[in-house]
Amino acid sequence: MELFQQITQFVISGLATGAIYALIGLSFAIIFNSTGIINFAQGEFVMLGGVMTIFSLNVLHLPLIAAIAVAVAATTVVGVVFERLAIRPLKNATPLALIIITIGASILIRGVVMLVWGKDTQALPAFSGNDPISVVGATLLPQHLWIFGVTVLVIVGCRLFFHHTISGKAMRACSFNRRAANLVGISVGRMVLFSFVISAAVGSLAGVIIAPLTMTAYDVGVMLGLKGFCAAIMGGMGSGLGTVLGGLILGTLESLGAGLISSGYKDAIAFFILLLILFIRPQGLFKKGETERV
Amino acid sequence: MRKMFSAIGITMMLLCSASAALAAAPIKIGALFSVTGPASFLGEPEKNTLELLVKETNARGGINGSKIELVVYDTGGDVTKAVQLANKLIKNDKVVAIVGPSTTGETMAVIPIVEKEQIPLVSCAAGIKITDPVKKWVFKTPANDHVAAEKILIQAEKQKQKNIAILTVTDSFGSSGREQLKLMAAKRGFKIVADEVYAPKDTDMTPQLTKIKAAKPDAIICWGTNPGPAIITRNMQQLGLKVQLYQSHGVASKKFIELATPEAAQGVMLPAGKLAVFDLLKKGDPQAKLLKDYNDSYKKAFGVEASTFGGYAYDGFQLVAAAIKKGATTPAKIRDMIEKNGRMIGVSGIFKMTPTDHNGLDLSAFEMVRIEKGDWAIVR
Repeated sequence: MELFQQITQFVISGLATGAIYALIGLSFAIIFNSTGIINFAQGEFVMLGGVMTIFSLNVLHLPLIAAIAVAVAATTVVGVVFERLAIRPLKNATPLALIIITIGASILIRGVVMLVWGKDTQALPAFSGNDPISVVGATLLPQHLWIFGVTVLVIVGCRLFFHHTISGKAMRACSFNRRAANLVGISVGRMVLFSFVISAAVGSLAGVIIAPLTMTAYDVGVMLGLKGFCAAIMGGMGSGLGTVLGGLILGTLESLGAGLISSGYKDAIAFFILLLILFIRPQGLFKKGETERV
Repeated sequence: MRKMFSAIGITMMLLCSASAALAAAPIKIGALFSVTGPASFLGEPEKNTLELLVKETNARGGINGSKIELVVYDTGGDVTKAVQLANKLIKNDKVVAIVGPSTTGETMAVIPIVEKEQIPLVSCAAGIKITDPVKKWVFKTPANDHVAAEKILIQAEKQKQKNIAILTVTDSFGSSGREQLKLMAAKRGFKIVADEVYAPKDTDMTPQLTKIKAAKPDAIICWGTNPGPAIITRNMQQLGLKVQLYQSHGVASKKFIELATPEAAQGVMLPAGKLAVFDLLKKGDPQAKLLKDYNDSYKKAFGVEASTFGGYAYDGFQLVAAAIKKGATTPAKIRDMIEKNGRMIGVSGIFKMTPTDHNGLDLSAFEMVRIEKGDWAIVR
């Protein structure tokens, strides 16, 4: 019985962490879907969301909702500026060059945040208190429910946007074949910009809702970005639901690994599984193999 | 002819300025801190403190009439850079003593150089390896980790807690703490029922704590620096785990209470350097005045509270300054004087360097404190 209770706690903790990875993974997938590049500055968007909310709350004395709105809007502006200044001017750059640029941008953003807001870790107050909620013998916090809720909303929103609106469909078209999309009159440049806008907004939103739990500092983006990237890879980079499942699986495996095997090998277990997936199913767990039509 | 005159003129000027310099020969002290990089939380207050002290000393006319000239280099927490910069300090800047580096790794890398070049080094890193075994030219100001570990275990003994669980971070601070805790616990007859670790950037430690909960310990000892220990404290509240939690001296700042929230941190005990609780010390505590002065002047200069880490540099400078004041001007004499200096009141504790102890601090360097309603209370 005790073991059962322990395992429930491991799974619930894992799902809660996994939902965070899923949300960050989704924001990776959005940019990848319309540009084919992996934005390694994604973790920095997450960090900016948290740091700017705390700044708006403590220094500008805004109410929480307004602070969150300001943080998400400001991060989105950073995303737009980044796309305009660093991605757009390179007309015919290879994806590799673009990826390296995103790494450079991530270092720059981290450095600027460190200089402006300092190196201290900061915490955001929980949105609805810290009283633990008991679920079949395991406990979680109200903030975890916020994370689950926002993740579900974002997935549903993405699904609707990408499959049922013209802009969403146009963005998907760009990811399949840029030139063909261009030929049918889709402005590829604008779609790329759009993808950065959405991705920065989702990333920063993730940063805001996790800040009360995980706390935030200028350098939290690196590890979170990496874990989100893993989630996206497990889901096959493209599919929204796949990414979410990838994140949840990653979180649960980490937690079970730490609890049942050894906490020292927690990350090793997670990354081993990532490697295994890349070897066996390079297209991701939940994606059908793509066929190239000639 | 005119050329010759001007040459003579320049020579004369050079001679004059040289003699002027001789009259108040400045004493050059070097410093290596990781002001940027992952250990910047150590290096920044250390650099600030040292610069503040040198400014104050020079404003008072220096030591025995000689001004102090400070050369600070930033190592970025990089071992290779620390070695290069140590060489630069010794060979180019010709310093008589070095304060720093900030981390144990860098210090261990610099030790062979100062031993070879015979320059006294006062390290600001805590690792026990630095002064055990004793090296002729190497001193350090932070108390050893095992002193803090012992302080916690003595408290646990008092409360009759026999079975303990340890939860440590996987960086050098945590692994040193883990080693010392296991060693001391075995010596004092404790039983370690759970030995878990977490990575510095981990965001949720409920799996480890769930495992610890099943092992039914009387107390949990956590060893790390923010934000990990704060997350653990909150996770324990979430899990409803009501076991006595001990934290290390690594989180002895108000920041920890703020991050962990006062409710979750209620009742947590930890060994704190006296700087964190200087206003709660007993009347007549020999360190009280010095701590208050240091905190006041640091706050005035930099707008934030002084930290224990800055205190390491404070003590490092005071050790060197005391030696110079007693007439030592060469590296060799400064080294001898630091060793023979006797009792010196510092920020980290009361130092008493001897030829067999190049740290000079004992259990009294820490006060055991308990967190009560978001503030410190000294456990007596």
